[in-house]
Amino acid sequence: MIWLTWRQLRGSAIMLAILLALLVAILGLTGSPLAADYASGLAACTRGEECLGFYDQLFDDYEIPFLASILVVLLLPALIGLFWGAPLITRELEADTHLLVWNQSITRTRWLAVKLGLTGLLAVAAAGLAGLAVTWWSGPLDQSAPQGFALMDPLVFSARGIAPLGYAAFAFALGVTVGMLVRRTLPAMALTLVIFAAVQIAMPMLVRPHLIPPVTGTFEIGQENTDGFGINRDGTFDVRIGAAIPGHAGAWVLASDLVDPSGRTIASNGAEGVVKGVSTTSGPCAPAAGPPSANGCPAEVNRLGYRQKATYQPIERFWPLQWIETGVYALFAAGLTWLCFWWIRRRLT
Amino acid sequence: MTAVLQAQGLGKRYGKRWALRECTIDIPAGHVVGLVGHNGAGKTTLLKLASGQLEPTAGDITVLGGRPGDRPAQLARVGFVAQDTPAYAGLTVAEHLRLGARLNPRWDAAMARERIARLGLDPTQRAGKLSGGQRAQLALTLGLAKRPELLILDEPVASLDPLARREFLQGLMEATAEHEFSVVLSSHLVSDLERICDYLIVLSDSRVQVAGNVDRLLATHHRLTGPRRDPDRLPAGQHVVSGRHTDRQSTYVVRTDAPIHDPAWTVTRLSLEDLVLAYMDKPTAADRRALLEVQR
Repeated sequence: MIWLTWRQLRGSAIMLAILLALLVAILGLTGSPLAADYASGLAACTRGEECLGFYDQLFDDYEIPFLASILVVLLLPALIGLFWGAPLITRELEADTHLLVWNQSITRTRWLAVKLGLTGLLAVAAAGLAGLAVTWWSGPLDQSAPQGFALMDPLVFSARGIAPLGYAAFAFALGVTVGMLVRRTLPAMALTLVIFAAVQIAMPMLVRPHLIPPVTGTFEIGQENTDGFGINRDGTFDVRIGAAIPGHAGAWVLASDLVDPSGRTIASNGAEGVVKGVSTTSGPCAPAAGPPSANGCPAEVNRLGYRQKATYQPIERFWPLQWIETGVYALFAAGLTWLCFWWIRRRLT
Repeated sequence: MTAVLQAQGLGKRYGKRWALRECTIDIPAGHVVGLVGHNGAGKTTLLKLASGQLEPTAGDITVLGGRPGDRPAQLARVGFVAQDTPAYAGLTVAEHLRLGARLNPRWDAAMARERIARLGLDPTQRAGKLSGGQRAQLALTLGLAKRPELLILDEPVASLDPLARREFLQGLMEATAEHEFSVVLSSHLVSDLERICDYLIVLSDSRVQVAGNVDRLLATHHRLTGPRRDPDRLPAGQHVVSGRHTDRQSTYVVRTDAPIHDPAWTVTRLSLEDLVLAYMDKPTAADRRALLEVQR
């Protein structure tokens, strides 16, 4: 049975192996210069400002391959579900070959077990290899990525570490299950894609933030967590609150609000909130005092009792979240696999 | 000798429709059994139940004394060639034989190779490129080389041209002569079965209408032609299979073990085809009621 499964899978498995080898070769060849660039650039910059400039420069240089590598890792599980999962059973049902193979001296449970096991193992291994290779390659870039492309940001998180293993297992099991229920290849592929995409969108938006209860804290206003200060025409002073958290670089910020002294939210991430009691004609926040972020203006805002209140997942939770998320997907995959076995014994004829 | 197939009140329902119902048969071993009926009469359902592809909705079925399709050992004893003789289009003939060798403990590799060579099939050819007849022969080879005690074939020749049809049945006959095993094959054409079957089951309207040795069936069925007579006035031992009437004349097909002495009847023997047609024409109880209502 292993021979037959391999014989049926051989063509596409070799093709996938070649593509993966190509990917690993490209990453391997470009990865070392990238790491060297990063190391030398970091050694050259001495002050914080300079280093920020270097990070920006490095990220700009590699932005396109960086995004492409993320795309590859995110798409691979979907493609595996579509082209390996969905047709695994439907192809047999459509050609009636299940009637041929089920009448050899092998139970259909064993037939399914070998097909699922071998194909699934290769699928997971392929996605895992791609994920880990890209994680290694993009290490320096993940250190220099700006907000929105940091390691904990949803898109990047999904393309790093061990999560792609879980996605591949789930996508494959989903494809097989949908194929078994729908019994026709094309509709099964379409449905698999729709369900997988929906899950992949719902996971980071609705589930991942709560896999570990997020941390909530209040922080003093400073240069890091503000996007700007402004004086309105009517003489009021406002603060545009940012998404960064002082002392927690790289955290995944779920909410960042400007709160007044009573703890009431007056502005959310990216919006401007009016800070009452700040003099715009004299003192540290007046135009005459120079750029507000550089002088005592933030201290003045803090003195008045305004704070940033943020909910976030700190970067230290990257691996715990990776493990939990992979576990969740593995559970999905296990449930679907169980359904497949139940269905093939009870219902599929 | 044990029965190859025993069914007790066997039934299979799809949704509300019974594909097969109240099927009670007992097929002794060592026969080539023909299963004949209209398209959709339940032939495929019965064969799939026997091979374990389907689970019965009602009743019991045992094949060679075991539950169909239950364990690898049972699967090894029963061969099944599905309708339209499916094969893996991307695999070569030789790879199909390898598949058989890998998946069957009792695989007869020498026989399979020899048969493929005798048929003139190119082992390196992909099954997708074979003609319908060649593919059917490949499927038959897989079924035979498995060395089953019972080989089930579901409409194996339905899509073949007359020449390929004859060659296929010829090959099957030779194999049954060479190796001792029972065969059940279905067809909606009696002419296919007449040549090779010595046991016949007629399925119609999801029910088994008659089952038995071909010789015995032919010996116990007669066509009676004579002056018009009501079926109620026939002797008790004569079971009417079908009856047709004109104003003055009645024609019956009856089943009886006793000889027919009534001088009013002209008694003729039936061909197997006539016999099968008589059973397939047999109106169902519901149809008969409808007919009576129209006549009133």
